[in-house]
Amino acid sequence: MSLFEYAPAPESRAIVDIKPSYGLFIDGEFVDPSDGSAFKSVNPANEEILAEVSSAGQADVDAAMTAARRAYDKVWGPMPGAERAKYLFRIARLIAERSRELAVLESLDNGKPIKESRDVDLPLVSSYFFYYAGWADKLAHAGFGPAPRPLGVAAQVIPWNFPLLMLAWKIAPALACGNTVVLKPAETTPLTALAFAEICQQAELPPGVVNIITGAGETGQTLVSHPGAAKVAFTGSTQVGRQIAKAVAGTDKKLTLELGGKAANIVFADAALDQAVEGIVNGIFFNQGHVCCAGSRLLVQESVAEEVLEKLKRRMETLRLGDPLDKNTDIGAINSAEQLARIKDLTAAGSAEGAQAWSPACDIPESGFWFAPTVFTGVSQAHRIAREEIFGPVLSVLTFRTPDEAIAKANNTPYGLSAGVWTEKGSRILWAATELKAGVVWANTFNKFDATSPFGGLKESGYGREGGRHGLEAYLDV
Amino acid sequence: MSKRVSVRKTYKLYVGGKFPRSESGRTYLVTASDGSLLANAARASRKDVRDAVAAARKAQPGWAGATAYLRGQITYRVAEMVEGRRGQFIEELRNSGATIKAAEAEVDATVDRLVWYAGWADKLPQVLGGANPVAGPFFNHSTPEPVGVAAMVAPQNDALLGLVSVIAPAIVTGNTVVVLASQDRPLPAVALAEALATSDVPGGVVNILTGQVAELTPWFASHADVNAVDLCGVADADLARDAETAAAETLTRVLRPANPDWNADPGLDRLRRFVEIKTVWHPAGV
Repeated sequence: MSLFEYAPAPESRAIVDIKPSYGLFIDGEFVDPSDGSAFKSVNPANEEILAEVSSAGQADVDAAMTAARRAYDKVWGPMPGAERAKYLFRIARLIAERSRELAVLESLDNGKPIKESRDVDLPLVSSYFFYYAGWADKLAHAGFGPAPRPLGVAAQVIPWNFPLLMLAWKIAPALACGNTVVLKPAETTPLTALAFAEICQQAELPPGVVNIITGAGETGQTLVSHPGAAKVAFTGSTQVGRQIAKAVAGTDKKLTLELGGKAANIVFADAALDQAVEGIVNGIFFNQGHVCCAGSRLLVQESVAEEVLEKLKRRMETLRLGDPLDKNTDIGAINSAEQLARIKDLTAAGSAEGAQAWSPACDIPESGFWFAPTVFTGVSQAHRIAREEIFGPVLSVLTFRTPDEAIAKANNTPYGLSAGVWTEKGSRILWAATELKAGVVWANTFNKFDATSPFGGLKESGYGREGGRHGLEAYLDV
Repeated sequence: MSKRVSVRKTYKLYVGGKFPRSESGRTYLVTASDGSLLANAARASRKDVRDAVAAARKAQPGWAGATAYLRGQITYRVAEMVEGRRGQFIEELRNSGATIKAAEAEVDATVDRLVWYAGWADKLPQVLGGANPVAGPFFNHSTPEPVGVAAMVAPQNDALLGLVSVIAPAIVTGNTVVVLASQDRPLPAVALAEALATSDVPGGVVNILTGQVAELTPWFASHADVNAVDLCGVADADLARDAETAAAETLTRVLRPANPDWNADPGLDRLRRFVEIKTVWHPAGV
């Protein structure tokens, strides 16, 4: 395909020491599950079994909640914010020091390219702890009244697409505000959360402040419906979010949900098209499209649609799919067989409903879970691929003629997480940003995240904000 | 000489800037504390809820699109109207059982509350939003935007002050509301509707229904075109739980039942609950 082939540039996995099996991290120690079973975490790039992980049952969840409550009452809640801050700073530094190891482990367990885990995930993970550490002794200045109080024990369930980053988004603000946590990572990507448990030990965080329990959906359900939880935080699918919202109905539990999305990425005719194409690629193929805010619906103005598509296809031909640990890899593995099946199901529906699929020539590895980057043209708003979250490297292309039409199509979704706008006209950006029903609008850029910047959705994309000063609200009694 | 016969008032709903009767033709008896007849208030139906939500939805973009300065001015104008009808409001509250002293205090507090919230309209975006110092060359800015249409069950006590305390924060932030008045003390709410109708608040921005909490709350909660449900005045825990469960189906924002001291400083709490924070990123550089 290209004139010069890339030589393989694999990152060594020798830096990572994966244990054959892991217990649950409760009250500062790794313990065997008392009534749970075990499951295996596999490398989605080659289906190698990486480790055996415990599945927490009711008694284990009880134990974790009890430990968290005790730590909240006796240690973490009464501790001055300035002291809590020091622990969070310690954690931020330890993550930075061990970031290469954690990046490799993240790529092994999740399938994402090392380029992304190394350059995006890990720097952000450290920065979220660093940012919220600074808030711990300044909460009275955060705009929630003179003496905002923590809630208690936070039950947190996170997804598999950004395992460590989602952990940071949940744990850093919770701890800064004086809460203690019980967190359940996704069953397909538990290993970096368990490595984080070791970091808590290295930081000498008081026992029980952070508890990590592993398991599948049932464990998560037990956790979020536990009577000891004062706060429930969930990132994941809208369907599960809906169930959780029902489970906490009628209780005093505070709830924040970060759910799905079907973001529009709008390209106006006057956009800098080469930059826009980079943004489209980043918007949908970053992290294999396993991004709730992915720009999965491209809305391109009709007059430039052909040109944009041509440039996009040319650009897609240079994307390298393969070994996540290879530093040249752009597109890694799909996280699980289950997710791959869902992507295949939805793309089959796209073809069946009359849209045209196109993918660049690309070698698919024989083992592991893989899906070539795909673009669908001839998509109508009624097609499933334009309405449902695919959560994979699949882009649906629609066109529009007028700015009003672009906004109407962009907003024609039950979701409201993110949107993108590409135009060189500043007043149009400001207008579109106002009109778009989304919690985050990226103009002439896409998929940017920062600890100081609030992130979260409208409508069926959930409620609450993570990041920035706004992210504190979820963990304070206000 | 014959005694003059007074002209009695028909109490109606307030929907889309008009004063319709309930489409169901139903009314319910509102009595004074001594049991005497005060009025036959309109008993709103599910269809009235739908009409009110449609009116609120229609009014929402225009109201949200008005400048914050204008929303503040209009909210202040509501305060003027309530002040101007002070006697009427005191009378309505006295009919609901309040002493003259308590009624006067509640009307004063209501006017002051409206003035307080009026001032927030063009300040809240600066207090809740602002530039985010991201680690990179970006202009990154957060602003509060209205949630959209809010369906509210007003507090059952403090029939005027409580009502205004839930409506005002929602509308100054650009939302439009459908509010179910206190079931047993709905008359101050009807009087408020008359003040609103003459205060430059566009029709549909505030819609006031009278009727039964148990009957209408489920329709508020399950309506798919409602963006936030405020269960403030729902005293029945089962009813509130069922409403929250129904709202979860469309992930509608829910404010759980609350019984705060409406005379206390409300802070930003209710203002914050009716906004969504939008963050806009743009690269910075040449």
